Amino acid sequence: MKYLYYPGCSAESTGKAYDISTRALMEKLGVGLVELPDWNCCGATSYFSVRELDSFAIAARNMAIAQEMGESEICVICNACYTSLAKANRYMADDPKVFEAVNGALGAVGRSYDGQVKIRHIMDILINDIGLEAIEERVTRRLTGVRVAPYYGCQFSRPMGAFDDVQFPTTMDRLFQAMGADVITDWDAKTDCCGGMMMLTKRDGALRLCHELLVAARQYKADVVVAACPLCEMNLEGYQRQVNQAYGTDFDIPVMYFTQLAGLALGADPKQLAIDKQVVSCDPVLAAIPA
Amino acid sequence: MTELATTAQAKELHRKFTEDVMAMPSGEKIKICQQCGTCTGSCPTSYLMEYGPREVIAAFRAGMIDRVVKSNTIWLCTSCYYCTVRCPAGIKITDLMYELKRMAIKYDLAPKHSSKNPAMTKIFVDSVRKHGRNHELELMAKYMATKDWGMPFKFWQLGLKLLANGRMPLAAKNIKGKDELAKISAYLEAEEAKAQ
Repeated sequence: MKYLYYPGCSAESTGKAYDISTRALMEKLGVGLVELPDWNCCGATSYFSVRELDSFAIAARNMAIAQEMGESEICVICNACYTSLAKANRYMADDPKVFEAVNGALGAVGRSYDGQVKIRHIMDILINDIGLEAIEERVTRRLTGVRVAPYYGCQFSRPMGAFDDVQFPTTMDRLFQAMGADVITDWDAKTDCCGGMMMLTKRDGALRLCHELLVAARQYKADVVVAACPLCEMNLEGYQRQVNQAYGTDFDIPVMYFTQLAGLALGADPKQLAIDKQVVSCDPVLAAIPA
Repeated sequence: MTELATTAQAKELHRKFTEDVMAMPSGEKIKICQQCGTCTGSCPTSYLMEYGPREVIAAFRAGMIDRVVKSNTIWLCTSCYYCTVRCPAGIKITDLMYELKRMAIKYDLAPKHSSKNPAMTKIFVDSVRKHGRNHELELMAKYMATKDWGMPFKFWQLGLKLLANGRMPLAAKNIKGKDELAKISAYLEAEEAKAQ
């Protein structure tokens, strides 16, 4: 099994651990990842604010490259990239005018895109292509007793809901249950917003949202919060100190990419998963996993 | 649609908003909003907004979309899409917010003080046009330089930790096809100008 892989811009800096642990996890599962050559930024939320068609067209450049290679799908890890790329596909399919305009723009750089390259979230691939049974077979270190808060974030399944529920997704719950973890399946904060880019533009508002999420994690006695998006991970982990300063709290809750914790269960070394690069120490989580 | 806008600017904004929304896929659904407020109740930041999402549609119907364009509302939308997936009328409210952001930028009406998001949007897009990818350190540095001098001091510990952990590379990566992004944007800009 082999996938064309789109890491996204964050995976080259603040979210580097997501990329590193994704590659290690897939290797453990015997799945190859081939990085999409010369991929560009998905446009994120900012491009939508300038011109909607710009956003669709630059997203589509990535799909056009995949199509030129004869590939039919792209594996994406970042929630925001996933939504931007999938949204371009959806709007091209729904509106012939968008399809035409995007292809006009791509034509200006000698490319074209037929709209047929599927955008797949890595969680979708894990659950629906590789399958929980196959994953469970490869678990070498069961996560017995580790209390996991599965944090999906907003754009994991919203607005498309292509492979999981838009309001109460469960794929990550099932993944970690298959690995023996004590998953907080009734965690109602699982798709609440972390504030996203607002951490830079309206800090007090974003800190409040992160505070609420951390309170919810503690209420449910989580050992670790696992995230599926570089922005969610950064806000919840990197800014815990600022949350504590703003709210007089003493949070020190480990936050990991879900690929890091899953990698541990499959026997990867913590260093291979860049777990030592986290801002909040994950040592308590490592200690909690039975040898 | 009702036409209550009074000033020339309000009329122009009302016309532009109506035209663009009706051109969106399922944009016409805005007509069947019954003001239930599910959007505002679902919005994680509505408590900070001058007009919540429900009021945005009410303001539009009253010919007062100009007030919304000038408000802080649209810059506080985090694109979480809760309103969109929950709207019983199927109105793509997040897309309406994007439309309003574009209008505020186009007509230069974004509030200067209440939110720094318009500046961030511009810096992000410029960075991607230059490199083909977003270089996070450059984004932060430029953003701080325009608005928020106090920020490096507030976050120096986090910044150092990220640098030390290799999570904040100093050099930007340029993709080979970075010129393609500028050409794509230039093409679409020219097409838009032709249509007007």
